Formats: sequence, C-alpha cells, structure tokens
Amino acid sequence: MLATTIILPTINYTAILPELIMLGGMLVLLGLVAVIPRDFSTKTYAGLTQVIGTASLVSSLVLWHDVAAHGAFQAVAQAVDVDGFSVFFLVLVSAILIVAPAFAADYLHDEGIEGAEYFILALIAGAGAMLMGAANDLILVFLALEILSIPLYVIAGLNARRATSGEASMKYFLLGAFSSAIFVYGIALTYGATGSTNLADIAAFLSRNVIATPGTLYAGAALLLVGFAFKIAAVPFHMWSPDVYEGSPDGVVGFMAAIAKVGGFAAFLRVFVSALPTLSSIWEPVVWVLCALSLIAGAVIALSQRNIKRMLAYSSINHAGFILMGLIALSSRGVASSLYYLFAYSFIVLASFGIVTVVAKANSGSAEIDAFRGLGRRSPVLAVFFAIFLLAQAGAPFTTGFLAKFYVVSAAVAAHSYAIAVIAMLSAAVAVFFYLRVVLVMFSGSETEDAVGTPEQHPIVLSRWVWSGIMACAAATVIFGIYPLPLINFARAATLLFR
Amino acid sequence: MLHFAFLIPLFPLVGFAILAPVGKRIGNPAAGWIATAMVFASFIVTIIVLAKVASMPADSRLYVQNWFTWFSSGSLSIGAGIQVDPLSLTMASFITGIGSMIHLYSIGYMEHDEAFPKFFVYLNLFVFSMLMLVLGENLLITFLGWEGVGVCSYFLIAFWFTRDSAASAGKKAMIYNRIGDAGFLLALFLLIERTHSLTFTTIFSRLSSLSKGELIAVSLLLFVGAAGKSAQLPLFPWLADAMEGPTPVSALIHAATMVTAGVYLMCRVSPILHLAPDAGHVIAWIGAATAFIAATTGCAQTDIKKVLAYSTVSQLGYMFLAVGCGAYDAAVFLMLTHAFYKALLFLGSGSVIHAMHEEQDIKKMGALCKVMPLTSLTFFIGWLSIAGVPPFSGFWAKGDVLSNAWVVSPALWAVGALTAILTAYYMGRQYLLVFLGERRWKSEGSEAIHPHDAGWKMSAPLIVLSVLATFGGLLNLPFGSKLAFLDSWLAPVVGASLLHNTDSTAQLWFFGVADGVFALAGVAIAYSLWRNVVDRSVLEPRFLYMAWFIDSAIDRLIARPSTALAAFSATVVEPRVIDAAVNGVAGAFRLSGQRLRRIQTGYVRSYALVIVSALVLIVAYFMVRSGL
Repeated sequence: MLATTIILPTINYTAILPELIMLGGMLVLLGLVAVIPRDFSTKTYAGLTQVIGTASLVSSLVLWHDVAAHGAFQAVAQAVDVDGFSVFFLVLVSAILIVAPAFAADYLHDEGIEGAEYFILALIAGAGAMLMGAANDLILVFLALEILSIPLYVIAGLNARRATSGEASMKYFLLGAFSSAIFVYGIALTYGATGSTNLADIAAFLSRNVIATPGTLYAGAALLLVGFAFKIAAVPFHMWSPDVYEGSPDGVVGFMAAIAKVGGFAAFLRVFVSALPTLSSIWEPVVWVLCALSLIAGAVIALSQRNIKRMLAYSSINHAGFILMGLIALSSRGVASSLYYLFAYSFIVLASFGIVTVVAKANSGSAEIDAFRGLGRRSPVLAVFFAIFLLAQAGAPFTTGFLAKFYVVSAAVAAHSYAIAVIAMLSAAVAVFFYLRVVLVMFSGSETEDAVGTPEQHPIVLSRWVWSGIMACAAATVIFGIYPLPLINFARAATLLFR
Repeated sequence: MLHFAFLIPLFPLVGFAILAPVGKRIGNPAAGWIATAMVFASFIVTIIVLAKVASMPADSRLYVQNWFTWFSSGSLSIGAGIQVDPLSLTMASFITGIGSMIHLYSIGYMEHDEAFPKFFVYLNLFVFSMLMLVLGENLLITFLGWEGVGVCSYFLIAFWFTRDSAASAGKKAMIYNRIGDAGFLLALFLLIERTHSLTFTTIFSRLSSLSKGELIAVSLLLFVGAAGKSAQLPLFPWLADAMEGPTPVSALIHAATMVTAGVYLMCRVSPILHLAPDAGHVIAWIGAATAFIAATTGCAQTDIKKVLAYSTVSQLGYMFLAVGCGAYDAAVFLMLTHAFYKALLFLGSGSVIHAMHEEQDIKKMGALCKVMPLTSLTFFIGWLSIAGVPPFSGFWAKGDVLSNAWVVSPALWAVGALTAILTAYYMGRQYLLVFLGERRWKSEGSEAIHPHDAGWKMSAPLIVLSVLATFGGLLNLPFGSKLAFLDSWLAPVVGASLLHNTDSTAQLWFFGVADGVFALAGVAIAYSLWRNVVDRSVLEPRFLYMAWFIDSAIDRLIARPSTALAAFSATVVEPRVIDAAVNGVAGAFRLSGQRLRRIQTGYVRSYALVIVSALVLIVAYFMVRSGL
C-alpha cells in the first residue's frame, strides 16, 4: 500500500492580495453583523464595502506596479496568473465595487431590505470575478465561476417580498447550474485530451502535439464555449438575462450585469486566447456566429421592448456581441479593444440601471418607458445624465462608448473580418433608435400626451449616494471618452504582458 | 519662459469656464471685467513669450509644446499641443491685444444688454478658439479652432436672435462656412493619405510624396476653406449679413481676427503653396477680383456697418492677392495694419450707432464731428489709414502688397491700384456723410437725440487703436532689411516660400509715389463729390448696392432650387420613399423583434431546450470539423 501525501503548494499571498482583501473584508463584515446587537443602516455597510473596494484597488495598483516593473509571474502552484491581464480585471472589479454600493445603499433601505447581505454577497462575487481574470487553471476557473455566480443567484432573489424577485433568482439558478454542469464536462473532456487543467500546459501540449483523433478535445472546447457563452449572455444562450434583470431588485441589477460580464469575459478571453489559440480555426467560426447573433438579436429585440430594464438587458446582449468581436479579431489589439469595451460598459451599465432605479421608484416601481416621459422637465439634470449614458451606449463621440465601438470594429477590420464589422455597425445603427427613443421621450412634451397615468411631476430627489455614483460613472465615461490614452495604454499593456 | 506658452490659450478658456456656469450670478459688469482681464493676461504672456523668442537666433525660433497624444490610429498619431513660432506669435499678439481692447469696449457697449454675461462667455470662447487655431501644432487642432471660431461667430451674429434678420444671418454665415469647411476637410484627408500626418513640420518634410496635381488639389481645397472663412468670391455674402451682430463682434471677429484666419492658414501652409504656383495664380486672381468687386460695392452702401463689411472683404482680397503672389510677409503686414484700422473704424461706428440710438443709415447722420470730436478724429485717422495716405499704416502695407503684385503680373497690380483709389473714395464718402455736411437728425422735439462721445471704456480703445493705425507702418518699412522688422521676423516661417522681389530703390520710390497719389486722388474725389451732397443716385446704382447681384444670383441659382429640392424631398421623397423604406425596415425589425420575443416564453424548460439545441448544434459542428 502506497502512502499518499498531499503536497501543499507554497502560497505567495501578495500575489492574491486583492482577492484576499475582498474575501477578508467580507468576513469582517460578516463577523461584524454577527456581533453587533442591532443592524447598522445599509449606508454604513455600503460605506464599508467601498472602503474594502478602495483597499483592494490600492493593492491592485501596487500589484500593477510590480508587474510593470518585474514582469508577469505565476503563483499558487501555477494556478494563478499575475500579469497585466489579471491586474486589469483586479482594478476594474475593485472600481465596480467602489461605485456599485452607491446605487444600492438607499434603494435597499427604501425597499426594506436591511442588513449587510447584499454587500457581503457582492464582495464574494467580486472576489470570484477577480479570480476569473487571474485563474490559470481550468479547475480554478470553475471555482471562480461558482464563487461569482452563486452570490448573484442570491442577489437576484434578495427582495423576498416580491414574487418576481424569487422567480428571477430561481430561473437564474436553474439555468446557471445547468450551464455550470456543461462547463465542468468541458473541463473533464479537455483534461482527458490534454492531460492537464493548467492553461499554459494545455497550450504547450497542443502546440507540441498533433492529435490524431481530436474528437474529445473538440467536444471539450465546445462545452467550455457554451459555458462561457451562457455567462456572458451571448445569443442563443441569453434567454435568462432579460427575465433575471427584470425580476431582480432594481438597485442591484447594474452590479449584476457589470460583474457577470466582466468575470465571464475575463475567463473566456483568457482560456480561449491563451490555452486554445491553436484551435482558433475551429472555434472562431462558432464565436463569429454567436457574435453576429448577439449583435443582431440584441438590437432587434430591444426595439420592441417597452420596459427599460428589459431594453437595457437586450442592449447588454448587443454589447456582448461587440465585446466578442475582440475575440474574433484574435489579436492583442482585439483583446485590448475588448478590455476597453468592458471597462466602458461596466460604468455605463451601472449608472444606467442606477438611474432607472430612481426613476422607477418615483413612478411607483414602474420601469416602463412611460415613466420617463417628461423627465427632462421634471428633473433636467438627471435626464441629461441619463441621456449621456444612453448616448454613450449608442456610441456617441466624446464618450467611452464611441471609442469602445470604434476600437473593436477597427480591430475586426484590421483582422480582415469585414462582414462582422458591417453587421456590428448596422446593429449599432438599429440600437441608436431605441436609445434615442428614450432620450426623445424624456425631453419631448409631457403634459399634452399623457392625460392618463400622468407621472407625479415634482422633481425626483436623489440622495448624495446616488449622485456620487452617477458622477463617478459620468466622469469615467466622459473623461476617458475625451482623453482615452491612459485607459488604452492600460488595456494594451494588459495584453502585452499576456502569458 | 517658453514653457508658459500654454497659458496663452488657457486664460480665455478659464474665463469661459468661469463665466459659462456662473456668469449670470457674477453679473454686469463684473463678468465683463473678468473676461477682459483673462484676455489681457493672455496678451501679457504672449508678449513675454514673444520677447523670449525674439531673443533667440533666427533659425531656432520654433518651439513645439506637446501636451499629450490625443489619439493614434495606425500610422497616424495626432498630438494635442501648440507651436510657438514668429507667425503664430504675431497672430496671437494681435488677437489678444486687440481682443482685450474690444473686450473693454464691449463692457461699455453692451452695458444695457440683458444677456451681458452671455456675450462675454462667447467672446472668451471665441478668443480661446482663435488662439488654438493659430497656435495649433497640427492641422487638426487648427481645424478644431477653426470650427470653434465658426460656432462662436454663429452665436454672436445671432446674438440678438429674437430679430429674424439676426437669426437668419447667423444661419447664412454657418452655411457658407460649411462649404468652405468641406474643402478644408478634404485637404486634410488627402494629406493624411499621402503624408500620414497632420503635424505641420512633418507634413512639410514629406511633401515629396505628393504629386504635382495633388499639391495643387491640397492648396486649392485649403483655399476653399480659407475663402469660406475669409469671405472671398464667391463665398463672401455672409459677411455683409454678419453685421447683424453687436458692433464689437463685427470689430473683433468680422474684421480683425476670425476672417483673417484664412490668410493665416495660407501663410502657415506656404511651403505647400510654394510648390503649387498654379494654385497661387488662382488665389491671387480671386483675391484681386474680390478686392475690386467688394470695393465697388462699398461705394454704394448706406448702412455704416455694411460699408465697413464690404471694405473688410475688399481688404481681405488684397491679402489673398499677396498670398497668391507669394508675398506672405506682405499679407501678414496688411493683416496687422488692417486689424488696427478696421477695428478702429468698427469701434468708431459702434460709438456712432450707440450715440444715434441704433441708427445705422449714414444718410440720416451728418455733422457729428462737432458733437463727437473724439470719435470723429479717430475715425478720420482710420479713414486716412485704410485709404493708404502716407504716412499712415495702410500706406506701407498696401504698398508692400502692390509692389509684389507688380512682379507677378502688372495686370494684378492694375486691379489693386484701381481698388486702392476706390477704397480711399468710399471710405471718404462714409466719413463725409457721417461726420461732416448738414445735420440730418433731430436735436429737438419728441424724437430728439443728443449724440456725444462715449465713456472712457469705449474711448480708450479708440485712442490706442488710432495710435496703432497711425504708426503701424513702422513695423515694416521698405528701406532696407534693417527696417523691415516684420519681414525678417517672419523669415524663419515663410522665408523659403517667398516671392523673389528685387525692386530697386528707384522702383520703390516710384511705387511709393504712385500709391500716395492714388490714395490722395481717392480722398480728393470723395471730398469734391460728397462734401455737401447726400444723394447722388448715379454713383449709387442698384447694381453696386446689391453687390453685383452675386448674393441674389446665388440665391436664385443655388439657394432657391436647393430650397425647392428640400421642399420636394420633405413633402414627397421623405414621406413616400424614405419614410416608407425606413418604416418598412423598422416594421420588419419590430415584427421580427416581436416574433423573436415570442420565443422568450418565460419558462425555464423552454430556455433549457434552446440551450441544449444550440449546444447540440455547436458540438455537432465541432465533431464534423474533427473529422468524425
């Protein structure tokens, strides 16, 4: 009988410090909630979450400094990559966790969802998303995926008093579990074909060997692809997202949309670009089809939506199509443009859902397009900001939205993927229609048109929290839209140091 | 010292940034003082930088300050930054110098206007844009400034937008400028295509990659842009209408600075023009024709500002004549002196209009010299200066242009000389009708007015400008290279492209005497014809009053058919063709959207089914590719 010993890897804690801060902060919060006699207000928790996010942002930037100075390295038994790519996601996720609580603090309080649950879950999801970008091992990717997803299922069902919230949570959970199973199966087959779950080893194995009967490997790749496509809500694996976004509590949807896409794309890009580039001639056509379908269906179905949350859900699907274009280009320029797009998208979507939340609240919970009628007169400043974010999504110049679209399209053109570039631009043209429709409704006459169901015409009062969130997102959208170079250089460096 | 150059455009921008949000709260007149102070601060910095540059050796007088890379795409990289050299500093110093005086004047002029702070918001934004235009280190920054001044010009022409005429004049300026801008943009595209750069220094070092035809194309396309901005044939009618704006605006934008942007652009790209002499001939002839036609038109105008507007067009024509001949330093010289005396004349006319309670018809004025001695005197200096009477500044600048024109073609010289006589004549007519002769306004009764010189804020700029208009010629005297300060100052920028002018001293004397005679002849004719007479309809034919019917012709041949086409499009093409197609497409999209929506049943089982179906398809595809 052989005595088997488990060899524990040495762990370089500084390499995973941002993730540890997230999880540690979460534990502190959890412990705090357990010992204090009476719950603090949600604002306190939101503030603490922002502090944790800031700490993790600082440690991410320190890590960035290390990577820029000494080059990329691996840690924890080669399971974690610390390179420009992973640090980009560390920074982005930290920033999302600084901004997102601002939109949730007051909303949760007003909805009667007291307590720290949301913030604790958000921190766990954040740590998951960070690991998605850093994972260099399919097993870790899977773990990260679950760490990211399970809190999101719970967040979707946070508002226990509303049936829709429970429905959203259940749907998200069932379909998410379904896709996770597919994903794990993909890992198993890939491991069977290559003998490793380590991404670098897989890539090395595939570049060294020609596999005579690649059926197992291809099936594994196909299942991995489907798993990721579900997470990023690419058509036809998107169907959960409008239902989930519509049913979930308003104030947290922006966070869910941002973090799920960021995490999903982080691992998607990492696995397919760094582990499976040798198979690109096989998977690229499939990604092309998913991309084209997302671009078209996202834009077209959004046209017929009357509910702004659903419209934004479909427009997110459209955005997913754009981000996929960077993968199709299969160049470092393409990946850089995807990263830029993710950055731009995260803040735009956070703020858009944040504004929808406050407007819906002022209209007794309705996020139908009629709730926005006459907003330009009712709360002009808020309407202007919403217009900025909608126009940014439509790709108006002087916003990050424009440059994001410009960069992915030009990366696709540089890779001679002309057809997808044309499809993308046409879908953007269709998309402009539904974004502008909301802008038009906000600023066109309100008194005459809706005698029935007139929204209350007193201005919408926003708390300082929501304002701070909107201002931060607007700053990120406009400043990097006019002067994009630092962000572009960051995204470029992220792919240059790609291992 | 040069590092502070970024402050030059920054000050007016700060002024704009302060006044735009809180100008209303700051109010009248503090908002005006802030704006004026900002432009003046910028002037001080300009002078300091200018002194520093002047102290450096001639061939190193180029300082490019690159702030950051604005964007880069492929081989094209566009920086945001400024270029400090003799040409840009010359422009910046008179923009800020004259600009601050006109700001000061405006505090008095706009005193009673309700939108007083808004006026200064626009003025500061204008000065900022104009400075970016002239200081920009590449054509794209110049173009941004170009558009910025265009927009400010639009805002300020239509400042009193409740008047229909002002609103439509603003639109007219905008549309004419758009035509020019199209030319400008096409030139930029061609340059990007051939030289992969828009930075001036880089473009000029790569001109060999352009063919002869392309050089001509770039030159002429840029000239189209310049013609739009600087009101040259046939794009000049907007400038006369632009007089709807407040008079300080006419002085600053539509006389001294913005309209000379085209001339600046031509001087800036002189290395390109130098390689395309054919384009130069076209420019010279269009300039000469514009100068002549506008001068004749000025002879028949009755609106005090319209006379000045056409005179501006005519003087700009002179400048393009110089540019086309390759005499860039003469063009800049005339631009400078013109800025002095034309700003002076406009501000003087503003004082008159102010004193006459918004009356602008020179036939209803007369004998103002007794009640407005200061305005009268300064306007008199302006007249003699623009007429080219020695030793006022206009004499030297115009002489410089004409002697260069002679070298290229005596015919160009003849047109210029004829225009010089006309200039002295129509400005004399205006002066005599406004300030001398009989009083034609009521000083008693219910509609009585009591014109008088304005307060110090409006008078001080008049005095300063009249001093400049008198002695401006000292900048560039034609007596040897030691006294030709401006020529040697500009030599590092335009020297290599200059026309070779080898006039002997005798020739110079001949031209000088001739110019003086032309000017005095024009003055004498005006004096003999208009001293005591108000109406000479023979000399004011409708043909000239209507500017050779060019505006009407454009209106009839282009504007009206275009309007008809637009109306046709709006009533027929738009609803029946485009709307039908768009609605059809939109309907199709919406229908397919609704169809697709039906798949979205809300049932988890059907979603799972879709996922599985797609999964099967994808796996099947992978299997086929694996060769199973």
